[in-house]
Amino acid sequence: MVMQEWGEVQGGMCGKAMLMEGRAWRYGDNVDTDVIIPARYLTVTAETELAEHCLEDLDRSFRSEVRDGDIIVAGRNFGSGSSREHAPLAIKGCGISLVIATSFARIFYRNAINVGLPILECPEAVEDTRMHDRLRVDLATGRVENLRSGRTFQAMPFPGFICELIEKGGLVPYVRERLAGRGGVA
Amino acid sequence: MSMGQTITEKIIAAHAGLDEVRPGQLVSVRVDLVLANDVTAPLAIESFRSMGAEKVFDPERVVMTPDHFTPARDIKAAEQCAAVRRFAKEQGITNYFEVGEVGIEHVLLPEKGLVVPGDLVVGADSHTCTYGALGAFSTGMGSTDIAAAMALGETWLRVPPTMRLIFNGSLPRWVGGKDLILMTIGQIGVDGALYSAMQFEGEAVEELSLDGRFTMANMAIEAGAKNGIFYADAKALAYLEGRTSREPLIYRSDDDAEYSRILEFDVSGIEPQVALPHLPSNVRPVSQVGTVELDQVVIGSCTNGREEDLRTAADLLRGRRVKPGLRCLIFPGTPELMKLCLRKGWMEVFLEAGAVVSPPTCGPCLGGHMGILAAGERALATTNRNFVGRMGHPKSEVYLAGPAVAAASAVAGRIIHPEEIDSWS
Repeated sequence: MVMQEWGEVQGGMCGKAMLMEGRAWRYGDNVDTDVIIPARYLTVTAETELAEHCLEDLDRSFRSEVRDGDIIVAGRNFGSGSSREHAPLAIKGCGISLVIATSFARIFYRNAINVGLPILECPEAVEDTRMHDRLRVDLATGRVENLRSGRTFQAMPFPGFICELIEKGGLVPYVRERLAGRGGVA
Repeated sequence: MSMGQTITEKIIAAHAGLDEVRPGQLVSVRVDLVLANDVTAPLAIESFRSMGAEKVFDPERVVMTPDHFTPARDIKAAEQCAAVRRFAKEQGITNYFEVGEVGIEHVLLPEKGLVVPGDLVVGADSHTCTYGALGAFSTGMGSTDIAAAMALGETWLRVPPTMRLIFNGSLPRWVGGKDLILMTIGQIGVDGALYSAMQFEGEAVEELSLDGRFTMANMAIEAGAKNGIFYADAKALAYLEGRTSREPLIYRSDDDAEYSRILEFDVSGIEPQVALPHLPSNVRPVSQVGTVELDQVVIGSCTNGREEDLRTAADLLRGRRVKPGLRCLIFPGTPELMKLCLRKGWMEVFLEAGAVVSPPTCGPCLGGHMGILAAGERALATTNRNFVGRMGHPKSEVYLAGPAVAAASAVAGRIIHPEEIDSWS
């Protein structure tokens, strides 16, 4: 079944209208899932436990100084490597409200949408952002404002089906509905 | 007007119930096999329950392989294994492999004949792309996607554009699949094939054994690819003999298929390749690596833990000793491969050389257990990733290479070209 074309956008950005403001943690290209949450900690699944070690091999100060609502801003291929869903969970568990990157590795992209971690692709905003800048973001429009530079940027819109997933709250509610629609579980 | 299609597009179209698909389309596809391991299955099981699912779509098409932290390395790992074991029993999953039967998943599944050409496979492990060597579409996903596939027997995919990689010339001695894929990633970068299919062809890959092709498809993810794929030729069909009774569906890319990019390589003159810390794209020919002394050599993994890899290591280690002070760890990929090592006398070669042989496990490849590095230590591994902290301490280093460079370097105590050691004897 063809669901739609990737480029086909229904409604531009999506998700609940949500304004957020937070401090940026600026990192480079290829932040891999091994540094987001090292494999030695993959024997737990709770967000809060995973969060304790988030990014510790990349930036020792991150875990102790990160605050609720902060935003990770990184370069190309964010979340590359392992398929571990523990990576977006660990980031969520730290209170990070959003990840903005130049591009995302494909498995991380799916995982973030599936577990409800907001992500935006916005190369220009990444370019403009320095460590600990304050950003104001409207998830519903994809508008990113850097309060230091005063510049604003427009993130890439999501395809319609991804919007549908985001609006439903991730893949779990989506599948729950599908299964219910089959007249109960098989 | 129908356009030509690639192997990847044909497999996806067949599983979407369509005559054709084009890159960029989002399609819902039927899956032939769904895989999870002891690290990713626990989260998948949690998601599966949250979805309100009660039964997996087909207990014969869900595979569970406790291979990462097994035999259980600590209490938490044991609890995770126990949860997977309980779920497998409850669901009647026929392809649950207990310690003793389990191998490294991407070595085990082809060995057991669980994947045939034309299949569409999804797994909660990024190296699920390995099965492209058999002409199957296979790709890694996260646990929640895998939970959905376990519940529905379907998943959604964005049809990837295909990148065509043609390897001309004949393979020089000591050069194998690992060297071809490292060279490729060195050229295109770790996101050089982001969201794409990597289609491997040309006389050099036709010359490769299936083991060498598994190695290449395995590392497609290290270039950011969705999948790696080969045409299932007579060698692939010969590999399947005696392993499965399922009928292969063999697809070939049409002459007028469209590619996002075409790259041609002449491999005739190339050397074995080495990826330096801390990216698989940081690649140099072995002669240009300089003097790199080693604390540890790891031979094995889903990338290079197969028969040909073990034979190559045994041939180089026979009658030689691992450099005193260096730890050489060998991980045959499956119990069958361990038995093969015994039958062929390779086990004795390894032990006489001073190497240690482990039960099949992902082990140190991802810094799990069985050979973790201390701060400042340096390893050469036949594995697939050399990220910061991948094999242990964030201040340790991992170099990646094929089994010939690894075995020769274990003897030399530093990274060398295998021909150097060959000339010693």
